[in-house]
Amino acid sequence: MKVKAKSKNNITTVRVLAKHPMETGRRVDKESGEKIPAHYIQELTCEHNGKVVFLAQLSTSVSQNPYLAFSFEGGVKGEVLQLRWNDNMGEIKKVETKIK
Amino acid sequence: MVISRRKFVNLVTLGSTACLTLLTPITSWAAWASDAFNATKTEDVYQNLFGSTELIESDEVALKVPKIAENGGAVPVSIKTQMKGVESISIVVKDNPQPLSASFQIPAGTIADVSTRIRLAQTSTVTAVIKANGKLYTKSQEVKVTIGGCGG
Repeated sequence: MKVKAKSKNNITTVRVLAKHPMETGRRVDKESGEKIPAHYIQELTCEHNGKVVFLAQLSTSVSQNPYLAFSFEGGVKGEVLQLRWNDNMGEIKKVETKIK
Repeated sequence: MVISRRKFVNLVTLGSTACLTLLTPITSWAAWASDAFNATKTEDVYQNLFGSTELIESDEVALKVPKIAENGGAVPVSIKTQMKGVESISIVVKDNPQPLSASFQIPAGTIADVSTRIRLAQTSTVTAVIKANGKLYTKSQEVKVTIGGCGG
C-alpha cells in the first residue's frame, strides 16, 4: 500500500494506492476453466490522532489496485496517519505514514 | 478442556463485540454493508444502504466521470460538494451486476471530496449519492464503455 499525505493550509490530502487483485469472482481461469474466487478489499480506514477521518467500503467493482483520494481538516507535518484495509478473505494490511 | 483466565476474558470480549456488531443497524457502518453490496437492483441498494429510496437530484453534487471510457476496468470518478452536514458519499453503477461500487463515510472534519477508480461492466449511468442532513442528493452521468471491466 502506497500512501502520500500532504498538509497545506490546514488541510491534509491523502492519496492511497492499495496493492490488491480485486478479483470479481466472475473471471474464469483460462487454463483450468474454473472460476477465480472473489478476492477484494471490503474496508479501508484512515486514522489521525486516534480519530477515524475516512472509512471506505469497497466492492468488486472497484478497480484492481484501488486508488483512493480524500482530504480532511487538520494534520501537521510530521504527524502519523494509520491506514488499514481488510479483505473478504480476512487478510489485513496496516501502514503508517508521515504527513509531509 | 481448561480455559485460562486470559482466554476466557478474550472470548467474552470477542463475543460481546460480535453481538454489538449484529445489533447495530447498517447505517452506523459497524460492518461491511453486505446487503447493499450484494443487491442487484439499484432500489434495493438504496433501501439496504440508507433505508430510503427518496432521492433528490441536485446540482450541488459535483460528479466527475469521463463521457467515454476506453477501458471499463479503471474509470476515474471524483465526487465533491460544498453542502454542509455530509455523512456519506456512495457510487452506484446502474448496469453493473451489483450496482453499489463503493461507499465512503465522511466524519465531521473530513472534506466531502473523494476520488477513486471503478469498474464498469458495460455502458451505464453512474450515480453519485451524497447523504447530507439525513437526505439523499444525487447526480448522474452516462459513461460509454468500449471494453468491459467485469468478466474475462
